Amino acid sequence: MKTLVCIKQVPGTTEVQVDENGNLIRSGIDSKMNPYDLYAIESALKIKEKMGGEINVMTMGPPQAKEVIREAYMMGIDKGFLLTDRRFAGADVLATSYTLAQGAYQAGDFDLIICGKQTTDGDTAQVGPEMAEYLGIPHVANVKGIVESKEKSIILEVEMPTTIQTVEVTYPCLITVEKGIFQPRLPSYRLKKKTKYQEIHELTLDNFKDKNEKRYGLSGSPTQVEEIFPPEQNTTSERWEGEHLGTKLYDQLIDLKFIYKNK
Amino acid sequence: MARILVNQKNIKDIDKAIKICPFGAIEWNEKNREVEITDACKMCMICVNKGPEDAFILEEDEVFIDKSLWKGVSVYVDHDNGAVHPVTYELIGKARELADKINHPVFAVFIGSNIQKQAKEILHYGVDEVFVYDDEAFKDFKIEPYTAAFSDFIDKVSPSTVLVGATPLGRSLAPRVAARFKTGLTADCTILDMKEDTDLVQIRPAFGGNIMAQICTPKSRPQFATVRYKIMNAPERSEEPSGEVTICKPPANLSSAITVLSSKVKEVEEDIADAEVIVVAGRAIKKEEDLEMIEMLAKELGGKVAVTRPLIEAGWGDPKTQIGLSGRTVRPKLIITCGVSGSVQFKAGMTNSEYIFAINKDPKSPIFQVAHYAIIGDIYEVIPELLEKIKKSEEVTA
Ligand SMILES: Cc1cc2nc3c(=O)[nH]c(=O)nc-3n(C[C@H](O)[C@H](O)[C@H](O)COP(=O)(O)OP(=O)(O)OC[C@H]3O[C@@H](n4cnc5c(N)ncnc54)[C@H](O)[C@@H]3O)c2cc1C
Ligand SMILES: Nc1ncnc2c1ncn2[C@@H]1O[C@H](COP(=O)(O)O)[C@@H](O)[C@H]1O
Repeated sequence: MKTLVCIKQVPGTTEVQVDENGNLIRSGIDSKMNPYDLYAIESALKIKEKMGGEINVMTMGPPQAKEVIREAYMMGIDKGFLLTDRRFAGADVLATSYTLAQGAYQAGDFDLIICGKQTTDGDTAQVGPEMAEYLGIPHVANVKGIVESKEKSIILEVEMPTTIQTVEVTYPCLITVEKGIFQPRLPSYRLKKKTKYQEIHELTLDNFKDKNEKRYGLSGSPTQVEEIFPPEQNTTSERWEGEHLGTKLYDQLIDLKFIYKNK
Repeated sequence: MARILVNQKNIKDIDKAIKICPFGAIEWNEKNREVEITDACKMCMICVNKGPEDAFILEEDEVFIDKSLWKGVSVYVDHDNGAVHPVTYELIGKARELADKINHPVFAVFIGSNIQKQAKEILHYGVDEVFVYDDEAFKDFKIEPYTAAFSDFIDKVSPSTVLVGATPLGRSLAPRVAARFKTGLTADCTILDMKEDTDLVQIRPAFGGNIMAQICTPKSRPQFATVRYKIMNAPERSEEPSGEVTICKPPANLSSAITVLSSKVKEVEEDIADAEVIVVAGRAIKKEEDLEMIEMLAKELGGKVAVTRPLIEAGWGDPKTQIGLSGRTVRPKLIITCGVSGSVQFKAGMTNSEYIFAINKDPKSPIFQVAHYAIIGDIYEVIPELLEKIKKSEEVTA
């Protein structure tokens, strides 16, 4: 059983802000593993406990994204790949998925690929399904439980709009897992020491089967950011300050008929 | 290949140039002694638009597509076992508005089993044509057959724009189909508009920050966008149907690697999206017990309690009651936010509410930019006083 987990480094708690002139202000550049991907890693570890085999992780990002691979090693992952290349810069969902799919071809034959539900920076939940399409394998999104992992297939619990479905899907396949599927383990100190010098496999565009630069990074991204701007403001507001605001609010809610005096 | 070129001689102040980038993707390369753009670049274009003159230049590939070959604004009919999700009607309303600007027709694509009656119902909302793929194979949602039918529709009709509801199923299907056509998809758009040249203007909160981005798909078709429930307005149902239903022959291969073993109906959950009155607790709440006053207020107003993300992270609320980009979108008649700062991600889920009251002690808080009533005060004073007034009036009438 060979599993691949896709993980991403995202900005830490600090957020990008905008000043009055619409300029972005950088407030710290600390970063962490996308919290949703911890659940993907934990799911892979649970499957391995039963089935044995090997778990790989992969991330596309700048060289410092190695940190999340180190973190994955500390959780018990066997092998990590970093896809890094200037020519990957500015990738939208399509180009990211294509790059990850090319990386997955290169990294080995996988039975199962696990993605997090979404990232906290991109927040699209689209990379998993697009990657599956590029790899030509089926995908199941919104997986909230793993019922049984087997030799040739896996049985999953899937969150549907009004039902919970139990489905069986044969390998190879890709799944995106919900937050809370398992409680992710903490990085272990023992593994931290043990994996300190463990190799991280770097792949660039030159290692890929498809070397056509036009399919990666900005060139391979059909969507383009034309403009960024601060959110719209509502100018018709009333401002209340001072004393007895609770009473004022009460009167206004009565005026608007949200509170009925004689109920 | 497309990229941002750095024109070294036009950079006078290197430190300043490096600082323009909010993602730290502009660096000084000591070896080559020049400013360069690293792979941390997110193509936000800040350096191109706001950097030193002619220092950062966008070099684009020449790509030609004939946009006139792509016609129509299409909506995917989201449904659960034939029960059409209301986001579908909202998107049809928007599609009509967008299509009218460029004189395009509005299409709907409906994939399912035994859905012909429901397909007729769609004709009451102002579409020109509903394309129906009705087959036993579409009984349960399985990604491969649904993708096959959706792709067949695009091959046949060549729509310029495709709108899909950002429901759990839509978020699984739309990217799959978009990737098949190697085209762009913008998730969770909050504003959509149409340019004369048929490019769809897609606006959404971006980069995980307090900022909106306008995104276009200028060089490929169809252009895909997903939109959450309750962002757009549904049109009134018209008495008379208009347009027509076209039954399509399903693609030959509808096999799937997925087998549905069983399906159990979830308990019906109360959804804050359906509430007419919502009281929101933000991070100003100091301890879990203090949520009680929020609950009391919601109860008095006949409404529901919702929370911001930090409270979910603290484990103080059911994740289904989170409002915002990664929570629910709501559009109640009345919303009162209590100690909520009003991040873009939060506002993305509630700006369409009819009456917005915001209580916050910080007069500069961004929530006041969308509030109709900005109450600059302490929730620990305002809310108890309000509850007191309500209680008193009840005693009087009792
Ligand atoms: C990709 C992404 C998606 C996100 N999605 C969501 C989402 O869906 N929903 C969401 O909510 N957040 C989301 N967030 C987080 C969001 O950016 C904010 O961090 C969050 O909304 C802040 O919540 P808050 O307003 O309750 O807390 P804070 O920002 O801490 O604001 C608390 C406010 O309370 C005021 N206050 C404090 N004490 C009092 C008092 N006694 N009386 C009155 N006022 C007081 C303060 O002045 C302050 O304005 C997302 C973030 C990212 C990056
Ligand atoms: N740059 C990346 N490298 C590796 N995995 C990624 C990357 N971007 C997204 N993913 C995976 O795709 C999932 C969904 O991401 P998104 O579509 O950005 O919300 C994440 O939880 C990851 O598993």
